[in-house]
Amino acid sequence: MASPPTGPLNLFSLAQRAMSAQLVRMNAASSNLANAGAVAGSEAEAYRPLRTFFATELDRATGLASVRVGGVYQQDTTPLKEHDPDHPLADAEGNIFVAPVDENAEMVEMLDASRQYQNLVEALSTAKQLMLDTMRMK
Amino acid sequence: MSDSIFGIHGVALELRSQRMGLISANIANAATPGYKARDIDFATALKAREAGRPTDAATLYRVPVMPGLDGNTVEMATEQTAFAENAVGYATTLQFIRGRVETLTRALKGD
Repeated sequence: MASPPTGPLNLFSLAQRAMSAQLVRMNAASSNLANAGAVAGSEAEAYRPLRTFFATELDRATGLASVRVGGVYQQDTTPLKEHDPDHPLADAEGNIFVAPVDENAEMVEMLDASRQYQNLVEALSTAKQLMLDTMRMK
Repeated sequence: MSDSIFGIHGVALELRSQRMGLISANIANAATPGYKARDIDFATALKAREAGRPTDAATLYRVPVMPGLDGNTVEMATEQTAFAENAVGYATTLQFIRGRVETLTRALKGD
């Protein structure tokens, strides 16, 4: 997931890494939302919500701490068992297993990710403007 | 050479730029478990630089108002305010430097 280091870290690559990390988080949340209510024939096959976790990556040359996606894992939540013998996917006992996706939690996760993404864009555009002002100094 | 032309402002601009990087790193790590936000104590760092000492001692961990359960101490309101304050400081210092350059240019041209 982490891109190979190319030269010392600057503000742009720092923001870029953080933005892509937030994007991975947003993608995980939208996968979960897309799979909400998905039905499976057994407990093992049922969809489990994806979660990401971040880790700090220290750039020794500049002392800046950037962020990377530490990994994506499947949450260990038990699928909801429903009795529905008429369902084509039902098992021998007539049970189906629904993906345990909490829509509210996913929406909050998505909102948080997009807020932090916005923050990064804002900080980056300010930093860029200041850099340009420094460049244009006569 | 550039130190004597720009005086304190050259050093100040460098420190402002460093601080901007540090606060951006805090914003980037807003969702990283266990991340501890850091910031530069600008006045101490500037004094250290003027005395020719390293500025590492001026980089401190932020004391959070309410640390998160995952050990993260980034608080968006604090970081955004610090970032904005630092950006204004950067622009001001840049303006001072610009003024110095203008003065020198005028002296060289002699008009």
